[in-house]
Amino acid sequence: MKISREEIEHIALLSRLYLSEEEKELYGSQLSRILDYMEKLNELDTKDVEPTSHVLPLCNVMRDDILRPSIPKENALANAPDHTDKFYRVPKIIE
Amino acid sequence: MELYSLTISEARSLLDRREITAKELVNSITARIDTVEDRIKSFVTVTKEHAFHASEEAQKKIGKETKMLLGIPFAIKDNICTKDILTTCSSKILFNLMPLYESTVTSRLKEEGYILIGKANMDEFAMGSSTENSGFHITRNPWDIERSPGGSSGGPAAAVSADECIAALGSDTGGSIRQPSAFCGVVGLKPTYGRISRYGLIAFASSLDQIGPITKDVRDSAILMNIISGHDPLDSTSAPIQVPDFTSILGKDIKGLKIGVPKEYFIKGIDSEVEILVKDAIRQLELIGAIPIEVSLPHTDYAISAYYIIATSEASSNLARYDGMKYGLRTEGKDLIDTYMKTRAYGFGAEVKRRIMLGTYALSAGYYEAYYKKAQQVRTLIKEDFDRVFKKVDIIVTPTTPTPPFKLGEKIEDPLQMYLSDIFTISVNLAGVPAISIPCGFTKNDLPVGLQIIGKHFDEETILKVAYAYEQSTEWHKRKPNL
Repeated sequence: MKISREEIEHIALLSRLYLSEEEKELYGSQLSRILDYMEKLNELDTKDVEPTSHVLPLCNVMRDDILRPSIPKENALANAPDHTDKFYRVPKIIE
Repeated sequence: MELYSLTISEARSLLDRREITAKELVNSITARIDTVEDRIKSFVTVTKEHAFHASEEAQKKIGKETKMLLGIPFAIKDNICTKDILTTCSSKILFNLMPLYESTVTSRLKEEGYILIGKANMDEFAMGSSTENSGFHITRNPWDIERSPGGSSGGPAAAVSADECIAALGSDTGGSIRQPSAFCGVVGLKPTYGRISRYGLIAFASSLDQIGPITKDVRDSAILMNIISGHDPLDSTSAPIQVPDFTSILGKDIKGLKIGVPKEYFIKGIDSEVEILVKDAIRQLELIGAIPIEVSLPHTDYAISAYYIIATSEASSNLARYDGMKYGLRTEGKDLIDTYMKTRAYGFGAEVKRRIMLGTYALSAGYYEAYYKKAQQVRTLIKEDFDRVFKKVDIIVTPTTPTPPFKLGEKIEDPLQMYLSDIFTISVNLAGVPAISIPCGFTKNDLPVGLQIIGKHFDEETILKVAYAYEQSTEWHKRKPNL
């Protein structure tokens, strides 16, 4: 299955990845080859097979709503590329 | 014997008998790192100062406190968060991340008095099978520095093999503990999905990721399983299931134990020396009382396709958080979306980008049913294969890898060839069962080969029992690379 250049550009945008022209070319052909290999799954009839999302028999794990200490604000901001004394500073979102 | 080559149990008894001090042990390990690290490059960060200080603290407590790991130096894979100690996932996008909290596994090691000697190298975000995808540098195989140590836990496995630590923790999403352990001639255990808390493990594919020990022998693996296993309220996917004493099973005999040998794992394409050594190992298990039975896991051939759809889909979602806002790298663009795209383009390496795009494609409108849902259905079939076989046998044995360690550069240009090298390890993750890789011999070129022992859900006891019995009847685990 050949992935078109438009598709690669669309996937890159959804993935929030800027790609160079060479990368578009390279990933296009590599992903096409990998997806060709994955076509193998269509040999199997899975009409009545339930999907497995994970193997544990667990769902809706609940806990009591107990107050626990939070991470202090200055620590929470310490790893940010840019911040004020109270907030993360991010590029302008609304024009 | 040099102190750096000790196992946990050996070091514990020497420390407790006051024959050595924690400081001598740490000095021996750091001197070893100084000697071999230039060639092997197991670490992203070596925490020497921290370790010297910790060894003095540990020495004061020895004799007063009975803690299993008091004074013992460890390498921790760099995707496991250690508070205030650089944790990069071997990615440029996290080049400066100082975690705000400690992972549950390292908290538990800390409670037992362990000493962190360094954060070990890996394929970026654990995506890869050779450690060539590290954003910083490659790691080399201690048995032959022209070859890969495997991946993604190539750093921890090489560090254990080269005696740059006493033991290590890695993570395994599709073989990332077992394959490098096989390639480096050490013992690596991927526990049952849910056995160990993943709080503080930087996520790759959440329905598959699991933390586990990489050690010099099977006893050490059991010792670490006792410490890191068990339910954790901070990880809702950790199972509320009783943890046995894994060391108490060691030494029990394996007479009459039924071992399944799946015919799909001995096929064309498997290296002939690997096949011979693994078949010898099965004969050895028979000699000490086990009963081999041929079994079939008929969907084995579909595992790689199902795995790489599921793992990349989950990864594309998990890695969406790296947007350059709250931590890590930011590359400024002309507006918000341009900043996102430049940050991620510069911060992620080629394999991570490839997998994010593959996963994004598989989950995108119009393709979800054909790829992700289909892969999850095939996952069910693979899991049912194991359920069926485990009604007849107690464990399953296979080669860990189809070949001995491959050369650096050999597969890196061809992602599909690299994916195919995981063929014997990924079904285990899809089914969620536990498996261990132990050394089972060496090729004519003196390269290690691994035997994989797979168990039932939450039955690490049986695989440790069998692994220990095999190890005690052979000498492979005592061989050391010539560095």
